[in-house]
Amino acid sequence: MRQFLTFTRKEFYHIFRDRWTMIMLLAFPVIMIILFGFGITTEIQNSKIAIYDPSKDIATNNIATKLEISEYFMLEEYLDTPDQIETKFKEGKVGMVVVFGERFYENLLHTGEAKVLLIADGTDPNTASTLTTYASRIIMMYQQELLGIEKLPYSIHTEVKLLYNPTMKSAYNIVPGVMGMVLILICALMTSVSIAREKELGTMEVILVSPMPPLLIVLSKVVPYFVISLINFTNVLLIAVFLLGVPVNGNLFSLYFVSIIFIFVSLALGLLISSVTDKQLVALLMSAMGLMMPVVMLSGLMFPIENMPIVLRGIAQIIPAKWYIEAIRNIMIKGLGLKDIIPELSVLSLMAVVLIAASLKKFKIRLE
Amino acid sequence: MPRMVIMFPMMVLLIFPLVANFEVKNINLSVIDNDRSSYSRSLIEKVRSTGYFKITDIEDNYQDALTSIESDKSDVILEIPPKFERTLVREMETNLMITANAVNGNKGGLGTSYLVNIIMDFNDNIRTELTNNVNKLNVPFLSIIPKYRFNPSLLYEVFMVPALMVMVLSMICGFLPALNIVSEKESGTIEQMNVTPVQKFTFILAKLIPYWIIGYIVLTICVGIAYFVWDIVPAGFLGTLYIFVTIFILAISGFGLVISNYAISVQQAMFMMFFFVLTFIFMSGLYTPIENMPAWAQVLSNFSPLKYMIQVLRMVFLKGSDFKDLLPQFYALTTFALFFNSWAIYSYRKSS
Repeated sequence: MRQFLTFTRKEFYHIFRDRWTMIMLLAFPVIMIILFGFGITTEIQNSKIAIYDPSKDIATNNIATKLEISEYFMLEEYLDTPDQIETKFKEGKVGMVVVFGERFYENLLHTGEAKVLLIADGTDPNTASTLTTYASRIIMMYQQELLGIEKLPYSIHTEVKLLYNPTMKSAYNIVPGVMGMVLILICALMTSVSIAREKELGTMEVILVSPMPPLLIVLSKVVPYFVISLINFTNVLLIAVFLLGVPVNGNLFSLYFVSIIFIFVSLALGLLISSVTDKQLVALLMSAMGLMMPVVMLSGLMFPIENMPIVLRGIAQIIPAKWYIEAIRNIMIKGLGLKDIIPELSVLSLMAVVLIAASLKKFKIRLE
Repeated sequence: MPRMVIMFPMMVLLIFPLVANFEVKNINLSVIDNDRSSYSRSLIEKVRSTGYFKITDIEDNYQDALTSIESDKSDVILEIPPKFERTLVREMETNLMITANAVNGNKGGLGTSYLVNIIMDFNDNIRTELTNNVNKLNVPFLSIIPKYRFNPSLLYEVFMVPALMVMVLSMICGFLPALNIVSEKESGTIEQMNVTPVQKFTFILAKLIPYWIIGYIVLTICVGIAYFVWDIVPAGFLGTLYIFVTIFILAISGFGLVISNYAISVQQAMFMMFFFVLTFIFMSGLYTPIENMPAWAQVLSNFSPLKYMIQVLRMVFLKGSDFKDLLPQFYALTTFALFFNSWAIYSYRKSS
């Protein structure tokens, strides 16, 4: 046992002495969560719009004011001619142009032929449809106001309730994903690189001839990364809660429990990679291309899995991070308990068992 | 190396657009129909027929429907109250309840908006039906017509493909130079370089030229894939793209060389480059618009050369903007190119 502790301490020294490794290990997760948390936002605010208004009457003025005071839009300018619409879009200055019909107010009251054209820049499909939806809603509200107390007969009112994330913040969706990515990065990438480095430098040989059982050697290698992963997880959690305003609705203990299982999976993956290669650069590339890329792309971290073609959706199922991210979303955001994530937990546990068994079996105690 | 220059853009441009898709479609809907009248049935039918929604289950009570949201089987619940049809006809108004899973705020928000619009449409039809024979409605009425320029059917790949080209270009023309000088340092060949009478300026310029050629090849492959696979043709002048690529590569390769000058090992250069390229990408508006970011991030985004190049590619490909429209981007990229390359020349040391 004392031997084991000594070996573990040695591994900690390895990490603390290398400035770059330390930066990678502790600063990178923080930077990642900030970049993802603030950089990927689908919330629309202060989108620039222009208005072409040939009518200039009370109704169009009212609508324009309503659009301008809403948090979604910022009135950039009034256009003088319809030709300017095209120019504005080409310069990329505005996201949407509101075009009123002629004699708008008159038509609105009498003929029922008042027209508003919402021309959105369709370059970004999501923004475009969100902008037109919001603008329509604001214009509809004006129509309702015109009606005054007098209600339209036969109206169906809809009550909308947005569960879990009523302000529709993107961070709620991204944070669990970043947690999955950070843990894979720290555990798998760093473990595989550090073991490969010892092999490359030849120090592994020295360790293996020591009287320590090989199993304990491996364990002493992964213990520091396990501890650092827990620290990183806590850091990310703190930033998520205090900086990004994402709540922890579920049980903190369950959150750590799932994370620990996932850390086991990632560590086992790192060990597996290091048993295949004895070059640092190869280990680095394998972890980056074989683990990081699939996690970023296919785990549902940023991009919804249900939008992917069937083959990629199939591949997503075998990515551990996909299950982990789902479990974290369920506990942290939805506030569900452990028993609601039994499917995710069983898949992760199964992966952990299989991968740990495989990595221990593959770990070579002799060097060729 | 030559294989990577060809394979990497192909991989990214073939697979990324399939994955990088924030589109909101195929929303799973649970319906609680407490009324089971002809109105409620025709409303459900109308929702189904729009194609936005897939009705996964019809539940009897709210609790069951909520369970199916919790287990991610459905995204939105539409609850039709008992006596929906009777209340609407007799009391002239009634209610519907929509509950959405907003963990993915974008999907929850757009999904409910779509559903509300469908219900409003349904409401209009019912109203005309019911009031038709009684009396003509005399209320203010306006119609709102949404139109989407440049991408009328709102295809996501049209948005992603041009921007992904910039990502590919900066990965290749940024990473390779970053590894270049430092790997010569590691292998020691830089010493031989240093004892030659070559000027610093000439040396850096010579290092840059191959990346220019690589950049042109990469861009050509990308434009080809966009055309043959995704059916995306630049609306603007193709030459404009190549002019901008010339400046952009100069900027990003110059940046790579700066990193290479400061790094002491290949691994360190890779980590540094990885960090900067990632920051540049996230601050560039590749995935989501910059206007949505908090103010400090918007200021930060001005320092990402990728931001300007992505704007150029999207504007030329989709909007057919010409050089005159792109002057601000031209100045910004030229500044980056001059700055990074002067820095690269300055920071290159012939003697250690």
